Amino acid sequence: MTSIAHHIPDHLLQAYVAGSLNYSMDMVIAAHVSMCDECRSRLAAHECAGGAVLEETRSVGVSGSMRANVLEALDAPCSTRAPRRASGVFPAPVMEALSGQPPKWQKMGAGVRQSVLHADKAGSVRLLYIPGGQAVPDHGHHGLELTLVLQGAFADEGGRFGVGDVEVADDSVEHTPIAEMGPACICLAATEGSLKFNALIPRLLQPFLRI
Amino acid sequence: TKEYSLETQWMIAVRDQRDKDAYLQLFDHFAPRLKGYLMKSGMSDAQAEDIVQDAMLSVWRKAHLFDPHRAAVSSWVYQIAKNRQIDVIRKERRPVPEELRQPEETDEDASQIVGLEQELGKLRDALQTLSPDQRQMIEHAYLGELSHKDIQEKTGLPLGTIKSRIRLGLTRLRHELKGLNRS
Ligand SMILES: [Zn+2]
Ligand SMILES: [Zn+2]
Repeated sequence: MTSIAHHIPDHLLQAYVAGSLNYSMDMVIAAHVSMCDECRSRLAAHECAGGAVLEETRSVGVSGSMRANVLEALDAPCSTRAPRRASGVFPAPVMEALSGQPPKWQKMGAGVRQSVLHADKAGSVRLLYIPGGQAVPDHGHHGLELTLVLQGAFADEGGRFGVGDVEVADDSVEHTPIAEMGPACICLAATEGSLKFNALIPRLLQPFLRI
Repeated sequence: TKEYSLETQWMIAVRDQRDKDAYLQLFDHFAPRLKGYLMKSGMSDAQAEDIVQDAMLSVWRKAHLFDPHRAAVSSWVYQIAKNRQIDVIRKERRPVPEELRQPEETDEDASQIVGLEQELGKLRDALQTLSPDQRQMIEHAYLGELSHKDIQEKTGLPLGTIKSRIRLGLTRLRHELKGLNRS
């Protein structure tokens, strides 16, 4: 994975470490870090800073009963499932969201498919399947959008994005990503709020497609 | 291993010998700090205690994943507690990166471990030299009280010295990561 050219910006890694993003953004960042040693080490450095802040924090005494509970639980058997591993093009956090199953694709027209992994008030995260040469419907954003390429590549106003690359877009960006000719492009895309499609029909479909 | 910090010595004893005395030392060092940290981020006494309890149990149960070449005990505990706090707030498991597979033979590289600890010491010193305002901003950022926009806009946030300390630590971490095989 030495070919990754577009990484997670520092302020987003810091926000991830501090837990100030939403589930959907966390998913893309965790997936990229699973594929990228550079961002993994930058993340570790932020954790070091978090640990340093923790060390300097003023202590508040814990209750004796809680301490006793913990000590008692040390010998208790614990059955934690081993975390899921990456499978095919899907990084471990995506396999976790898929419960280890292949994605259930939903047709969006023109050969484009999606599989919504998670949607809540804060945003949504989905897998997108875009056949070679096809465009993702033209859209703007209400907030931050992170798109991580898992297979193939796409290009838009922001450049070329291949496997492992992340595109960061926000309110100010309107772009039309087009999948490169060749194998389909599969992406993991997280958005804050909902996407604004510019073409009439996709906008009408928006409530049904949970975009 | 006498050159290592006490925390690292305790953690290695917990990992390799399931040493309960060492665990108690870790508990008594970190649990009150974690509780203070969580309450500072706005949680009630009872909520904070619940998270401290879960996080400290995870420290015992996940000890086999602790790698002192890549993480200080404080950063490892910080992230365990942070993840637990978010799971509780969101009522679902937070997406986390895939764990790196530990190499079969874990030959300890003492110079690497000591080097990482020294970098951390310098990072903590750097924190001490900040103005109260700057320090508070760093605290807020790692408490999770700033949005990603705040962090981006406050360009001075990781603040010169901190940034260069992190960068120094990074070269070591990056070097270490290369030695680990994945998938
Ligand atoms: Zn990266
Ligand atoms: Zn977009």
